[in-house]
Amino acid sequence: MSTTAPVEDLTVDHEVVDTTLSSRSRILRAIAYAVLGLISLVWLGTAVDGGTAHLVFDGHTVGLPAKATVIVVGIVILAIAAWQGVRGFGRRATPWAAGIAFLLFMVAFFSWVSTQGTNPAIDVVGLLQNSIALSVPLILGALAGVMCERSGVINVAIEGQMLAGAWAAALVGSVAVTWVGLFGALAAGAFMGVLLALFSIRYLVNQVVLGVVLNVLAAGLTGFLFDAFMANDSEKFNQPGVLGEIDIPLLHSIPIIGPLFFEANIVVYLTYILIFGVDVALFRTRWGLRTRAIGEHPKAADTVGIKVLALRYRNVLIGSAIAGLGGAYFTIGSVGGFAKGITSGNGFIALAAVIFGRWSPRGATAAALLFGFAIALQNNLSINTHAIPSYLLAMLPYVATIIAVAGLVGKVRAPAADGEPYVKQ
Amino acid sequence: MKLELRGITKRFGSLTANDHIDLVVEPGEIHALLGENGAGKSTLMNVLYGLYQPDEGEILIDDVPVTFAGPGDAMAAGIGMVHQHFMLIPVFTVAENIELGHERVHGILPRIIGRLDRRRARREVQEISERYGLAVPVDALVQDLPVGVQQRVEILKALVRDAKVLILDEPTAVLTPQETDDLMKIMVALKESGTAIVFITHKLREVRAVADKITVIRRGKVVGTASPDSTPAELASLMVGRPVKLNVDKEPAQPGGAVVEVEGVRILDDGGAVTVDDVSFTVRGGEIYALAGVQGNGQTEITEALVGLESVDAGRISVAGADVTRMSTDHILGLGVGYVPEDRLHDGLVSSFSVAENMVLDLYDQAPFSGRLNLDLKHIAAHAEQKVEEFDVRTSSIGHAASTLSGGNQQKVVLAREMSRPLKLLIVAQPTRGLDVGSMEFVHKRIVAERDNGAAVILVSSELDEVLGLADRIGVMYRGKIIGEVPAGTDAEEIGMLMAGQTAENGETAS
Repeated sequence: MSTTAPVEDLTVDHEVVDTTLSSRSRILRAIAYAVLGLISLVWLGTAVDGGTAHLVFDGHTVGLPAKATVIVVGIVILAIAAWQGVRGFGRRATPWAAGIAFLLFMVAFFSWVSTQGTNPAIDVVGLLQNSIALSVPLILGALAGVMCERSGVINVAIEGQMLAGAWAAALVGSVAVTWVGLFGALAAGAFMGVLLALFSIRYLVNQVVLGVVLNVLAAGLTGFLFDAFMANDSEKFNQPGVLGEIDIPLLHSIPIIGPLFFEANIVVYLTYILIFGVDVALFRTRWGLRTRAIGEHPKAADTVGIKVLALRYRNVLIGSAIAGLGGAYFTIGSVGGFAKGITSGNGFIALAAVIFGRWSPRGATAAALLFGFAIALQNNLSINTHAIPSYLLAMLPYVATIIAVAGLVGKVRAPAADGEPYVKQ
Repeated sequence: MKLELRGITKRFGSLTANDHIDLVVEPGEIHALLGENGAGKSTLMNVLYGLYQPDEGEILIDDVPVTFAGPGDAMAAGIGMVHQHFMLIPVFTVAENIELGHERVHGILPRIIGRLDRRRARREVQEISERYGLAVPVDALVQDLPVGVQQRVEILKALVRDAKVLILDEPTAVLTPQETDDLMKIMVALKESGTAIVFITHKLREVRAVADKITVIRRGKVVGTASPDSTPAELASLMVGRPVKLNVDKEPAQPGGAVVEVEGVRILDDGGAVTVDDVSFTVRGGEIYALAGVQGNGQTEITEALVGLESVDAGRISVAGADVTRMSTDHILGLGVGYVPEDRLHDGLVSSFSVAENMVLDLYDQAPFSGRLNLDLKHIAAHAEQKVEEFDVRTSSIGHAASTLSGGNQQKVVLAREMSRPLKLLIVAQPTRGLDVGSMEFVHKRIVAERDNGAAVILVSSELDEVLGLADRIGVMYRGKIIGEVPAGTDAEEIGMLMAGQTAENGETAS
């Protein structure tokens, strides 16, 4: 039998003129670092007038000479900027460089905050704890988005699914026992998912418009039902209680790590499992391969016998249920009661996390953590300093979102068939 | 495995795409299904593959009637299909594409959790690719592979599933002549190993080269069978239903002064990759200059740059003495440039607009079609009636949407519009793609007529026969460069080599 070209010849080289492109992005990054370094050196350096900054780690206070810290950090970041501008970091070192620069800047920033006003001590572990707590619903919402969009259905309705979940968790938790509220949340999220799936997959409604409509529907419906009976008889219908904290034996006594990750309620632990589970499932299982296939090229999947629509229904339902679980965190996971619009835009930030995280569970989680940190920082600063106007602080999470999506992400590639209904002839 | 279709009928609304079609495919034969575009070949195969349900008729395998609810059933029955538009997922690896839909799993609770056994999948792909001599890079992403290799992946997809009958739907449309030869060898090898092949095509040369039996379909009906020894003319007339001329009549070119001068043009795509690399050529009035090459080697980009649709990174383009490198499309067309884009339905027409509206897309703002404020619908209609007559556009009304016309008639509308102005330069890209033999004749005649009127013509085509039949000079593009420029009358073999990137000097693949 005559063979065709040998395998070695089949590799294709990409002839890309990326010198111009990469040198441009290198310079841009260098400028960003330089700005960060200069803020630290010049602005913070002059604003800090000696004194000691107090950072608290898990009960242990660390004192730092504020002025020296700020200046040293400024110089180090400027050095990073210079290296970035002249040599550039490799593909692997780039995120590390960014992380280190960011971390150093935060140290300098808190040194400054700590010397302001009443000279507050900054509780670093507490801040991180808050970040994680605030990130949990964002992560769950983002996983919901990943589940749907990887299979080709745009999920703008994360906010609505979370709101429905929050409401149902409060109601079911009140009527039955607190933890049963979780099932209420899953069911309510899935119910919103049924609407999303039915109208987008079966009736081919524009998925972005549909998502917006579902958000409005969820806001109206939960608001109405809240007014109708929960508000009047809150003892009976809106006092679900709060899920208890579960300390994982041994792990929770590790300093810093323990209180950060292993002293939390069941929703948080479920989140850990889901991050890991969705990531592994998406990239290492048959289900994941098929899901990615129908999100990229549904017709190709159909021709090898995969039931495209059934799989889409399934994934949208599971994803929406996860978003519902995220909603439960707002009621039975933290405050122990429902209020109108309690999710307050978290679903939209989760949507941004999906895109920022490039439609991968890991990336979306990282993005959600960043957004959670921005919100926690805002809360912390509004207590500890009055040097920055509170209105500006309130913008912080959203500014972080916009910068992240517009600036850092650059060009990302959504699943090719994201938002494209599949119609058989 | 013997496959038989009996009385298959498939209707789409009022259109009968397949009308009582009978077909028998024996094991170990290459059965060519010959017919023009729109004759119903692909519909028939989609019925056979379970993608469509037939309205009447039955499918028999080894004389047992079967029904296919979906492609899954057809595959289980031993039918594999290589679609005209590949059904591959560009961001998946070769192995992932091949295993998709019948994944190998392992680990705990394999049926439920379904952890992929990637090693076994790779091994299987490698085994089968060695057995049939179809070399593929198992771990490469499909989007990085040349089309010919992607096609091999498609064939492997069917073979891995134990296909006994392999349907190839217009498999050579996207291949270079060399890749086509490779494919033919593969087909013969598969046949010898007992696989039956249904080979759908409208290219006569290929049918005569490999087919054992030929069934000709016209307008949804089987109009006859032929032996591979039939002459091309016999096959063509059977296919079209009347005698056709396969050659283009034209006098030798009488070139005048240079109309188009392209100097050192470089074009980058959105990602910064070079799509056109230092391309220079000149076209004179009264000659047809062909840009030959396999699709995706920069021809589309350079022609779009000529009419201002693509921005030029470096170099200079002039048309009729004017520098058009940074000129707007409107101004360029005003110089006397006509442009027939390769995707007529997307770029050549507004498909939801009527025939009459499409005829004046370039002139609607000029007298007599436009008054001070409003369009002069009477003039537009009169113009359309006249052009429909002149270009023999088959439509029952000029008010019908362009999308309701057949491909050939759509192309005639585009040509009629572009040729209704006096032209110094006519650019035609893939002018006869998907056209039946009759329309093809007509389009070629008009292009030659435009040349004889003194216009410079740039023809972009991946059909070697068309290039050879029409061109006075031929530039072959490969990976963004003009790899060679040859006069008319150069033999097909040499041009084919150039299209695959092989020049006479180096004798090997240029990169």
